[in-house]
Amino acid sequence: MLRSTTSNWFGVAPAWLVIGIFGLLPMFIMLAISFMVQDPYGGVEWGFSTEAYVQFLFERDLDDSLILNTIYVNIVARSIGLAAMTTILCLIIGLPVAYFIARQPEDKRNLYMLLITIPFWTNLLIRTYAWILILTRNGVVDARLQWFGFEPGTFDLLYTNTAIFIGLVYSYLPFMVLPLYASLEKMDFRLIEAASDLYASKWQAARHVIIPLARPGIVAGSLLVFIPSIGAFIAPELLGGGKRMMLGSLIYFQFATARNWPFGAAVSILLMAFVMIALLVYARAAKGQGLPAGGH
Amino acid sequence: MRQPVGHYPGLRLWTALFFFFLYAPMVVLVAYSFNVNKLAMIWGGFSTRWYVKLFTTGGIGEAAMNSLLVAVIATCFAVAIAIAAALVLVREAGFRGAGLSNALISMPLIVPEIVTAVATLMFFVMLKNWIGFDLGLGNIIIAHCVFCIPFAFMPIRARLQDMDLALEQAARDLYADAWKAFRFVTLPLLMPGVVAGAMLAFVISLDDFIITQMISGPGTTTLPVYIYSMIRNGITPEVNAASTILIAVSTALVTVYWYVSRPKKT
Amino acid sequence: MAAGQSAVEARGISKVFPGGVKALDDVSVTIRENEFFTLLGPSGCGKTTLLRLIAGFEFPSAGEILLHGLDIAHLPPDRRPVNTVFQHYALFPHMTVAENVGFGLRMQGRPKGEIDRAVDQALALVKMADYGARRPSQLSGGQQQRVAFARAIAPRPQVLLLDEPLSALDLKLRQAMRGELKTLQRETGITFIFVTHDQEEALTMSDRIAVMSAGKIQQIGAPLDIYESPVNHFVADFIGDSNFIEGAIDTIKGDAAVVKTPDGIAIAARMNGPHKAGDRIAVALRPEKILLGAGKLKGEVREAVYLGTSTSYVIALGRAVTLSVREANDLSGKARFAVGDTVKLDIPAGAARMLAD
Repeated sequence: MLRSTTSNWFGVAPAWLVIGIFGLLPMFIMLAISFMVQDPYGGVEWGFSTEAYVQFLFERDLDDSLILNTIYVNIVARSIGLAAMTTILCLIIGLPVAYFIARQPEDKRNLYMLLITIPFWTNLLIRTYAWILILTRNGVVDARLQWFGFEPGTFDLLYTNTAIFIGLVYSYLPFMVLPLYASLEKMDFRLIEAASDLYASKWQAARHVIIPLARPGIVAGSLLVFIPSIGAFIAPELLGGGKRMMLGSLIYFQFATARNWPFGAAVSILLMAFVMIALLVYARAAKGQGLPAGGH
Repeated sequence: MRQPVGHYPGLRLWTALFFFFLYAPMVVLVAYSFNVNKLAMIWGGFSTRWYVKLFTTGGIGEAAMNSLLVAVIATCFAVAIAIAAALVLVREAGFRGAGLSNALISMPLIVPEIVTAVATLMFFVMLKNWIGFDLGLGNIIIAHCVFCIPFAFMPIRARLQDMDLALEQAARDLYADAWKAFRFVTLPLLMPGVVAGAMLAFVISLDDFIITQMISGPGTTTLPVYIYSMIRNGITPEVNAASTILIAVSTALVTVYWYVSRPKKT
Repeated sequence: MAAGQSAVEARGISKVFPGGVKALDDVSVTIRENEFFTLLGPSGCGKTTLLRLIAGFEFPSAGEILLHGLDIAHLPPDRRPVNTVFQHYALFPHMTVAENVGFGLRMQGRPKGEIDRAVDQALALVKMADYGARRPSQLSGGQQQRVAFARAIAPRPQVLLLDEPLSALDLKLRQAMRGELKTLQRETGITFIFVTHDQEEALTMSDRIAVMSAGKIQQIGAPLDIYESPVNHFVADFIGDSNFIEGAIDTIKGDAAVVKTPDGIAIAARMNGPHKAGDRIAVALRPEKILLGAGKLKGEVREAVYLGTSTSYVIALGRAVTLSVREANDLSGKARFAVGDTVKLDIPAGAARMLAD
């Protein structure tokens, strides 16, 4: 109102400086590095090359001919599959919960929200680590089974895809429930009465009134679960034992162990591409629903 | 018995199971941290010996100090930056750079952590090799500041959006200049948002593992990085103890934040 | 300064908002010292924009605003000796009532003793002396209104701006506050500029009213002038109810004229502006000024609606003219005519007025 355009730029300048230099610029540098050549000592050599992207699909034979290599494609498939399944399961678990909480009196609602928020802000590493204690051979469940005379190791899910899946659902479930709750809490519950007054059964009311009204929350929640799931690192590392890699662990491996920057950068770019696609789908679904276009 | 409209059978049970799923692993972890038995998986009785051992081992104290230092400094910077940005982006309707600025600020929320981690790593390595820029713990503080800004920004922006513009106009009308109106009206009313933003930024910084793990070196280990290295070396009761402490800190912070930010009844 | 001098003078004010919306279009108005002046009009007419320009929350695209002869159009609000009572009060929720009322003086850097005295005085004036330690959230709507008023007059502004201050109150309280506001204005001797869309509020409190529409002032005058002698269709329609009858001027005799409708009904009307015989014009006629039961005109009752103190009729005169007529009910409370009745009616000389447009 009383400030000039120049001073507006002064206000946002610190944010631009910090995020621009240390957040955005590294992303562009990473894009550039993905087109460079690996230096055997861990750095990069100058020069343009698509080798890192070729490496994703093919192996070079001794005579330099390309052989199809499905290892990385499998990792991509595992990442997308697990992320999609995680999103769906979170939605199935979360929707009834969000609805139940939204219908509680205000005091209880606040308490429930606090209970969901605490794990939300608790260290992901620790929350995932806790599952090792449960899923492992001689773990909490296996030990109980042994009381009932089962062999040790009857229940041993650690280092399986199932373990990663459980870990992902557990990690990101609050990300689904919170936006679902936000959209259901705003819902006018007289609409359900109106629906039943107009001869809708319980399930018809759910199908035609509640779920359409929860749609903004469903869309936002799915995005908030899908994006971190597809790039997950902690769950595959701790619960998959680092053997069943996802995109996140593949990237980590390239920098921590293999020291192949161009390939790691290329995989990161690929992961960003998937994120962008998810965002575009979100933007489309959000259109005309009054959702914030940016995401959060 | 007929249920009222909008009631669905089994919801209460479903929600109860949901909370069981959410809390059982953490409860198990906390319980085992007090297990006297060296073999973490078998219950032998209550003990605090692993906490004692944890603190006498060394290394963790330094990691905790680093974590605290990083979180406090990154939070302060993030909050100041977020306030300045929010004042412009919420209040200045005609500001041309608003869309781009909003997108930039929310960028750290959208990019997967692992990508941010490796991009930041490469950037810092290059800075060090080319111009000798390496601030050690400062590097970690900078990286944390980047992803703390959006978390500090969100509640401050929300608070500012809810604030009645007429209040500041009333202050200006009553002879307050621009600075006094900010100092006596805007800032006090913004305070709940600032506190909320600071606490979120602080918890996020304290919890960060992947980014810190990538860019930290010897002497700049933070608590989650330290715990990860403990886990890698095998599941020991000390890990459970260290984890329990971190859970307690997060829970306490979030609960305090919850009570502070809750709308007060009059 | 003596009464009658100008307190605020707007000269050729235009305001175009970013996006091209023209809120004010070359508005000029003079508000006198110690006057209760009302800006009246429907929402979007520009009345609030004009008030905000005087307060300093917006700046005009063109024109000057003089406060006692000095141009203040581009001063920030904190450098103008005018204060505002906001529509939703805008009381600072983090301060007590006393802190709210003392805020303006504090910002001016007055000594504490003086501030305390002024706060006590202002709160006493609005009968809120015992509430100084409360928070705004602990007050009722009416009490908040009083505090907002006290806060705005505590620094003794030269002009007080009131932006629909009563609109958030319920009807009974609103009516009670009208009288109080008028009294306060008289006691403090401050010039009031009052914005409202409520014609009853405007008519009961104001010394003068400016009726606004579409970014322009349509008419300025005392409440009686505005009601009895509307200059144009908009004012006649917006203030009270009016019948509008179109026709041509038949004869002119001084200030009075006879207007004939196309199907030959003759109506006596007061002149308004330079018209000559044969001009096509419209006249406005208040429903309560038409007399039923006697007269040269004859009509048929189409509708009769009981309103308690009065009855409202719709009466058809010939094919083209229907009049709305309101008549006070007699002692029995019953309406005199029923639907279908044929009634005689009379339009007394001076009841109808020609419109400028």
